[in-house]
Amino acid sequence: MKILRPLIIAAALLLVWQGLVEATGVPPYILPGPDRVFAALMENTTLLSNHALVTLVEMLLGLLLGAALGMAGAMTLAYLRAIRPWLLPVLVVSQAIPVFALAPVLVLWLGYGLASKVAMATLIIFFPVTATFYDGLRRTDPGWLDLARTMNAPPAAVLWRLRVPAALPALASGLRVAAAVVPIGAVVGEWVGASAGLGYLMLHANGRMQIDLMFAALFVLALMALTLYFLLDAVLRRLITWQPEDGRTAI
Amino acid sequence: MPKPPPTIRTEGLGLRFGGRAVFENLSLTLEGGRWTGLLGRSGVGKSSLLKALAGLQEESNIEGAIRSDDGAPLEGRITYMAQQDLLLPWLSALDNVTLGSRLRAGRAAASAGRARAESLLERVGLADRAADRPGSLSGGMRQRVALARTLMEDRPIVLMDEPFCALDAITRFRLQELAARLMANATVFLVTHDPLEALRLCHKVYVLQGGHRPIGPPIQIPDSAPPRSSDDPALLLRQGELLRQLADLEAAA
Repeated sequence: MKILRPLIIAAALLLVWQGLVEATGVPPYILPGPDRVFAALMENTTLLSNHALVTLVEMLLGLLLGAALGMAGAMTLAYLRAIRPWLLPVLVVSQAIPVFALAPVLVLWLGYGLASKVAMATLIIFFPVTATFYDGLRRTDPGWLDLARTMNAPPAAVLWRLRVPAALPALASGLRVAAAVVPIGAVVGEWVGASAGLGYLMLHANGRMQIDLMFAALFVLALMALTLYFLLDAVLRRLITWQPEDGRTAI
Repeated sequence: MPKPPPTIRTEGLGLRFGGRAVFENLSLTLEGGRWTGLLGRSGVGKSSLLKALAGLQEESNIEGAIRSDDGAPLEGRITYMAQQDLLLPWLSALDNVTLGSRLRAGRAAASAGRARAESLLERVGLADRAADRPGSLSGGMRQRVALARTLMEDRPIVLMDEPFCALDAITRFRLQELAARLMANATVFLVTHDPLEALRLCHKVYVLQGGHRPIGPPIQIPDSAPPRSSDDPALLLRQGELLRQLADLEAAA
């Protein structure tokens, strides 16, 4: 039943959609039924998979780079106390600027290719990763730190064997958020200026009234985003087994 | 022949946080190789004193001196056991026992002490749970792992801060016996709020009162070797008196 339930929900939603289209007689260039979208999906598999591959690479590179920079940022904040009062306000203010507003500038600087989209995705996930991991690093149980001191643990050991592992559940929740928002970064980047990718394809199809193709591209995008999220979630849960309930972000 | 465990003296020891003095001019002797107990109402500074001895207080908050009779510094000769087990949830029971060498010298050094850690786990009755993570152990088991970790450090001075107080009566009783046997040769400082625990396990017991005259003369204890039997009438009589004395102090404060 547990596995069946999402399938039943999906089937019901598709039926409602089809029923709505049939009942209202809305023209397919406004809202195509799921049958037309499925047909478009089948007709354009090569086109869709080529563009999907571009978006997937952008998403994965953005996730990798954003996670790495976010972790480095959190470690810097946690350990270089002198830098903290200078860096923290910059980080907070940077969050007040909508990343979407930066997209045209990024395309101007980095061009129409991969780099501007990866930069967008990186920017959008840097903050959640930094914030959650930094929070985790700050909240190491003071009892553990006392214990480590009486054991004469060197600072590097306290960092790598105590504080970082203790912060992993918090980092994991940041990474889950990152996986959920990284497609937004990639697609917004593609909308502003691109020559390939699902976001580009959607815009292009929209302009040519190929609404069924647009929906097909949207479907592939959603499928990729969900797969990415659940794969990452499974990996994180396998790696961090000691706090199964903590640090889970509900979507 | 290893060096005998040192006697520790505090001389005019004071501790203040901000402007507030927790205690002043405290002189206390922890005799070498014996158990010294410290009672007192909560908030009077028992744990703060223990942390000062463990070197966990900021130097700037401390006045006076803490000395050992052999003149060597205490650092590196202390092991610390708290009220919480402080086990790392991502390590197995066995790896938690070898935490000290793991932190000081890495994983390889920790596995060198594996055989001893296993025998310690066996002595606290957890040989079959060595591979289990703390999350799957009961509170009493976790505290036994913490005891094994404390013993693994094999240091002459043991500082314990209410180590058994979170346990049920039976588990507490058995762990007290075990600790008394396994740490019979160390200089032990036991902070507790349980008069019976102090009377059963310690050679000398003091009451911390805080303020200007922080500590009185030692409490009289039946003249037998710890761990003393919990149904010794003389011991129970002392417990009753001690409870009343502590209650009076609490009322006066």
